[in-house]
Amino acid sequence: MEGLLHGVEGFMYPNEVELQWSVLIVLYPFLTGLVAGAFILASLEKVFRVEAVKPTYRLALLTALAFLLVAPLPLQLHLGHPERSLEMFVTPHTSSAMAMFGFIYVWYLMAVLVLEIWLEYRKDIVLAARASTGWKQRFYRILALGSDNLSAGALRADDTTSWVVSLVGIPSAFLLHGYVGFIFGSVKANPWWSTPLMPIVFLFSAMVSGIAIVLLLYMLATWLRGRLIDMACVDTIGRYLLYAFVIDFSLEMLDLIHRIYEADESFKTLDFMVHTRLYTLQVIIQIVLGTLVPIALLALALVVKLSDRARVGVYVVAALLTLMGIFAMRWNVVIGGQLFSKSFLGYTTYKMSFATREGLLPAIGLLLLPFAVLWGLMKLLPPWPEPRPETETIASA
Amino acid sequence: MNEGRREFLQMSGHLLWLTGAAALAYDYVLAGEPEAAPNYKVTEHWWAMIIDVEKCIGCGNCVRACKEENDVPREPFYFRTWVERYHLPEGDLEHPVVDSPNGGYDGFPEKYREGDGSKNFFVPKLCNQCAHSPCVQVCPVGATFESPDGTVLVDKDYCLGCRYCVQACPYGCRFIDPRTNTVDKCNLCYHRITKGLTTACCEACPTGSRQLGDLKNPKDPIHEFLRTHKVQVLKPHMATGSKAYYNGLDGSVR
Repeated sequence: MEGLLHGVEGFMYPNEVELQWSVLIVLYPFLTGLVAGAFILASLEKVFRVEAVKPTYRLALLTALAFLLVAPLPLQLHLGHPERSLEMFVTPHTSSAMAMFGFIYVWYLMAVLVLEIWLEYRKDIVLAARASTGWKQRFYRILALGSDNLSAGALRADDTTSWVVSLVGIPSAFLLHGYVGFIFGSVKANPWWSTPLMPIVFLFSAMVSGIAIVLLLYMLATWLRGRLIDMACVDTIGRYLLYAFVIDFSLEMLDLIHRIYEADESFKTLDFMVHTRLYTLQVIIQIVLGTLVPIALLALALVVKLSDRARVGVYVVAALLTLMGIFAMRWNVVIGGQLFSKSFLGYTTYKMSFATREGLLPAIGLLLLPFAVLWGLMKLLPPWPEPRPETETIASA
Repeated sequence: MNEGRREFLQMSGHLLWLTGAAALAYDYVLAGEPEAAPNYKVTEHWWAMIIDVEKCIGCGNCVRACKEENDVPREPFYFRTWVERYHLPEGDLEHPVVDSPNGGYDGFPEKYREGDGSKNFFVPKLCNQCAHSPCVQVCPVGATFESPDGTVLVDKDYCLGCRYCVQACPYGCRFIDPRTNTVDKCNLCYHRITKGLTTACCEACPTGSRQLGDLKNPKDPIHEFLRTHKVQVLKPHMATGSKAYYNGLDGSVR
């Protein structure tokens, strides 16, 4: 603890030396961003009928669910008294932005995501229950919630309901992540956070990261299954990723230019921080490697005629850089916002521990956990139903 | 629905309801009796603090008294009140040199010489007991709240330790107590002021630089002081309704 004082440069209010929100709070907007982004990609197919992205529809929904299930865990782990977290449901303080978290989360999880996945998979679940025996049958029977009707009318009703849920889902996904932005953007004491642009920047960066991860997972899963990548699909996703990225980058630049031009009382302090302790993470990793390079790569794939193989390579690199850049953006918002003193007279240092409750190890675990959850979900609810054996031989011939 | 089933559902409903009620009642019993202050009426007070910057000599008595009285952790990262030393070499408002070694707990080792052309002074800080507290606004469960007597208090048995309030305070007045993992801050020595005493810091201040005042008490000298002095609050642009009034506050203080 005493070592913390050596990380201080200039003057911090004494209570500010120690950082309050750790790497776990960086994970929270990162994970929910992936959820919102993946869902919005799925709704492209459902609501806007972009048929080209159909191969990723179910994958996107399952990805959103896997990340949403893990998203509250870092928050829970961070709380001084996790056992009291239910108080937020029982006695929410209505003026608090944070108090709404539980309600928005449950709404999104139960009324949107789980419902939509269930409707999408109901036919498969019923068929799986009919075709299996023993515990497996019992499991799918429970998942089917007693439904067994696969008539044309019933399936049409599924589809219509699912369309409505998606339609409600889009503003809900906006709410889920715009709200996360609001938690930071509404803190007037902190000039690094306090901007009405924060929710909308969070929203577009969420779309960018969610689209990137589904793109990456689709290519990875297809490769692992030994199938051919649907190029029309990845090209379309790549295009939407580029569009979302351009809007996201414009918004972030607008914020930056506004800050530079206005140059209010906090500007010199923040400017110095960006040029020193945050330089690598903010300028090099977030803006150059995590934004400009992937935008250039995606634009390249769009305008230059590249071979399929080259385009896949471009998409893999662009998506990986994107995820790194968005993670850096979350880091720079959460951690960067606590590195300077609210007196604007000094800076502190974030020292991440390793195997402690809020250390690097649990953070890595929580970043990997959604992939394990996703793997399990994909086993239970295959996103790409296997074709019958005879059609498979034709496909592979 | 057959009778047996209806009865069963009714019984389960009652049980569920009763369990909740019993849990609440048990919580109430566990909470015990609040510390008695029989003659204190919260609605008859509106507490504030006057800080006379020109009278502060940076002795650190207030910081020590506060830590002692309120059992504040002794490490240099936890303060309900602390003292800052401002040094303005050329009278440059924008670039003050500020330090607060151990929050002023051990006083200040001499650093600046009189007559070198610089401006030097001490600024005691504490929770501003804001009337429109950003920290109260953001608490997700209402564990921190504005009492009708104008103090901002914390219910430690209800605090989640989410630290949102620490982020929301523009003055850096809050910290997480490492022993309880809940938030802590100055409560104007609530256990003292509700019994007619003044705060520990005011009591220990040798120059009368800090004075507790009750704005609802017409006889309190705070009214006369506020009328006759040019007072200012910290960061007025934050519009927090701060009730820590500083006399002789330099424009460089933030």
